This record gives sequence, structure tokens and C-alpha cells, in this order.
Amino acid sequence: MILAQVVLNGFLVGAVYALFSSGLTLIWGMMNVVNFAHGDFVMIAMYVAFIAFTALHLGPEFFVPLAAMMLFLLGVVVYYGLVRHVMRGPILAQILGTFGLALVLRYATLWIFSANFLSLPENLLGEVQTVAGLRLEPSRVVAGIAALILTIGLHLLLTRTALGSRLLAVAEDRNAAMLVGIRPDPMQALAWGLGAACTGVAGALIALFFYITPTVGESLALIAFVVVCLGGFGSVPGALVAGLTIGIIESLTSFWIGPAFKDVVVFILFLAVLWFRPQGLLGKA
Amino acid sequence: MTDALLSVRNLEVRYGDLVGVSDVSLEVRKGEVVALLGSNGAGKTTVLNAIIGLVRPTAGQVLWEGASIAGQPAFAVVGRGLALAPEGWRLFVNQTVEQNLRLGATPLGNRKREAELLEKVFAFLPKLKERRRQAAGTLSGGERQMLAVGRALMSAPRLLLLDEPSLGLAPAIVEMMYEKLQVLRDEGLTLLIAEQSVELALDIADRGYVIQTGRSVLEGPADELARSPEVQRAYLGIGGDEAPA
Ligand SMILES: Nc1ncnc2c1ncn2[C@@H]1O[C@H](COP(=O)(O)OP(=O)(O)OP(=O)(O)O)[C@@H](O)[C@H]1O
Ligand SMILES: [Mg+2]
Repeated sequence: MILAQVVLNGFLVGAVYALFSSGLTLIWGMMNVVNFAHGDFVMIAMYVAFIAFTALHLGPEFFVPLAAMMLFLLGVVVYYGLVRHVMRGPILAQILGTFGLALVLRYATLWIFSANFLSLPENLLGEVQTVAGLRLEPSRVVAGIAALILTIGLHLLLTRTALGSRLLAVAEDRNAAMLVGIRPDPMQALAWGLGAACTGVAGALIALFFYITPTVGESLALIAFVVVCLGGFGSVPGALVAGLTIGIIESLTSFWIGPAFKDVVVFILFLAVLWFRPQGLLGKA
Repeated sequence: MTDALLSVRNLEVRYGDLVGVSDVSLEVRKGEVVALLGSNGAGKTTVLNAIIGLVRPTAGQVLWEGASIAGQPAFAVVGRGLALAPEGWRLFVNQTVEQNLRLGATPLGNRKREAELLEKVFAFLPKLKERRRQAAGTLSGGERQMLAVGRALMSAPRLLLLDEPSLGLAPAIVEMMYEKLQVLRDEGLTLLIAEQSVELALDIADRGYVIQTGRSVLEGPADELARSPEVQRAYLGIGGDEAPA
């Protein structure tokens, strides 16, 4: 029964990992740019949730959409203001561009909020319930289920709608997309907006049960990179499977070996998978 | 001269230090089928790509209904009523046949027109209807060429540019492809077809242009060109002037 509890907790956190990693994989798939600031986007969203709750007294039903919208805007602004320009430069300029942005976001937050650990009240969504022997923390359950639904929603948006078809067309062949009348620029900006909105929702959800600090983005970024590599670059279903897997493995590691080792074990498994399947778990060879 | 739908004058395209074409002129009038002939590397693709806006001309003019479109990006040019079935097809291989076709209707920005055109294209190319839910990447070469043409038709173009519609296809498929083009011609669609296969292209065309190492060298009615010894030479890619770099 304890094992089921551990797996359940891992699954719920893993769904949130899957959501923000989907954003990273979308941005990568669209223009082969790695967003090194992705973890810091999640961090910003956590602060948005914290401020909205403490200063504006908004509940999750408001601060989650608010964080989504604000991060969407941030993504679009970052695309037009930064990415679009560094993309024309050498690869090192692209790396430094988003890496520099990560530092700016991190240290600006540190400067404004200091390095204190903040958190939202534990019982924001109600008390812990016990169902069939499982401890259900409402904040984790809501975060996990919402993240799962949104990740699947993103996949459906990309594969089942005209807008998604256009986004994927630009991702697949920019010139061919122009040939059918698509302006690539707004589509790429939209990909950044959507990718960042994923971090917005994920950050606001994870803030429900996670500590909030300016450097939290570092470990989240590592998770996102591992998830994207495992899931296959550009694949949202891959990110979903890999995110859930990482969440569960982390949870089991914490339980069996100890919380301090979870990052190490995730990383070792990551290397092991890449050894046998360099294209990732679901990626095409 | 003035009733030309498309007119290309002294087109030059450079790829950095390399010359794609150095001096090409041609004209397409409404309702005409025009062949653009030349051997391997003569510059046919470069001319079509410069017209549609995938590459920028470095000199010369591209006029569409008298207005300059030279240097405009492809997404703007296709909105004006031109479409290209490109070399190598350039399909969205991870998307379905139907999605590829629907993407072709993007310049119209009209879902109702899109649905009508989709039915029309399916009636014209029934094979695509059978395959509508399949990923474009699973199609055979002939079907891919059909899809490239179908996708171009989805924007209801007034001028359809075709880049070597026979390339890499089995003879029977090529024949079917050209029968389809004949139908489009009979419906009054204006076509500009780049080809290495001279007989095929001149059979369907009203007029033709021959380019050699990036220059226009010959033009005339299709039947005259078909008889010209120069055409055979250009077609075989031997003899003729070397273009100065
Ligand atoms: N992207 C490019 N960069 C550099 N040079 C190019 C590029 N595309 C074409 N060229 C050069 O421009 C010239 C014309 O090429 P183009 O592809 O237009 O010829 P083509 O007539 O279409 O040939 P083919 O029958 O092989 O398709 C060739 O010398 C080619 O090497
Ligand atoms: Mg060519």
C-alpha cells in the first residue's frame, strides 16, 4: 500500500513535469532552439501564483489562468525581443541568448524577493483525504490531474486543429509552410507563447505543494531537459510518457534510497536510456 | 506584352558567390501553358523559386499582373493567386493527406471555400481521397506528386507553377500526371511547367522557353521548339555557350 502511495505521488508530480516539458519540446520542435530559461519560466509562474494569492487574495481558479496568460505574454515578448534576433546568429549566440535570459530572470527574482523559501498554505484546496488507504493531498491531486488534461489538450490542439496543423507545418518545413501561405513569424511567436504558457500553468500548479525560491528553476530545468531527451525532441506524447516516468522514478528513489539521490538516479537512468535509444523512448529512429 | 499575367525580365539570382541564373526573361499570358526547359542545373528551379518568393532575385523584375512581386516572401506571393508544386514535393510528411491539402488553402482564409475546394481536389485526384487519413510520409512517389499538385490547387491559384512534375516517377505514373495536367489546361488554368523531359512538356504547352546555364537562349511556340535542333542540344546539356560567371 505504501508503494502504491509512492507511485501515485510520483505520477501526480510527473504529470506537472510532463506539462512544462511539453512546452520545452514544443519550442524545440518549432525552431530547434533550446530554451535554457525554461525552468526559470516555471519559477516566475510560481511567484506569480504566490503574489496573486498573498497580495490579491486570488484562489487557484484565478491564479492558474493568470499565470498562464502572463507567461504566454512573456514567451511572445521573449520571442520577438530576443529569440528572433539571436536565431540569425551563430549557435553560441542562441545558447547565450536564452541562458542569459535565465540568469536575468533568476537574479532579478533574487533581488526582489531574496533567497527566502516561500510557500502557499498547505491546505489551500482542503484537507488531506484518505481513500482506500491512499493519502490524497488535494493540491497534488488537482495539480496532477489538471496538468495531465492540459498536456493531452496541447497534443490535441497540435494534431487536431487547423491552427496546430499550421504550427506543425512551420516546425516541419519553414519554406514549405511559406509556400502554402503561412507567415512563420507569428507561428513561432505563438509556439513560444504556448510553450511558456505551459510553464505558467505548471508553475502555478506546482506552487500549490512545492517550495518557492529563485533558484528552483535549476532543478526543474534539468528535469525538463531529461524529459524532452527521453520523450524524443519535439514530441508531446513522448514528453507525457517520459514526464510521468521520471516523476514515478524520482518518487521511488526518494522512498527506497533517500530524497538526496533522486536527481542522481534520474540522471543515470537518462544516460542508460540514451545509451540504448539515442532518439529517446518514443522518438523515431 | 501588357496582357501578361506573369512577366519575368532579366532575372538574376545569386546564391552567395554562386550564380543560380544570370539572365532569364519569360512571360505567361492568361490561359496559356508555358514550358520552361533546361537541362540539369540550368536554373529552372531557381526561376520558379524566385517567382514564388522562396529566393530573392538579385536583379531583374518579376511582375504579376503588371505589379512587382520581386523579393516578396512566398506567403505574400501565394496570397495573390500563384501556387507552386515544388521540386521534391516538400510535403508535411508527419501530417495527413487531408491536413496537407487543407494547409494549401491557407491563403484563402475561408473554411467554406476550403471545404469546397477539398471536395473538388478529391474528385480530381481520387487516390488522395482514399488516402486522406494517411500520413503524407506513407505515400508512394506518384501519390506524393499528386498531393503536391493538389495542395497547390487548394489555394485556387490563377497560375500554377510546376517544378518537374515527372521527376523520379515511373513512366506510367508520369503519363497519368500529364493527363491530369491536360485536364487542368482544358479547364482554363494557366500553367508554367519546368521540365527536363522536353517531349512531355512541349506536348502539353502552347509556348516554351529554353534556358541554359542560367540564361534564356530560345523561345517560341511549342511545336516549333519541338522541331528545333537547339532544343535537343539544350536538353542533352551539350554544346551552347558557357555562361560567364
Ligand atoms: N541553394 C543553392 N545554393 C547554391 N547554389 C544553388 C542553390 N540552388 C541551386 N544552385 C545552383 O544554381 C544553379 C541552378 O540550379 P537549379 O536547381 O535552379 O537548376 P534546375 O534547372 O532546377 O536543375 P534540375 O533539373 O537539376 O532540377 C546550379 O548551378 C545550382 O548548383
Ligand atoms: Mg530543379
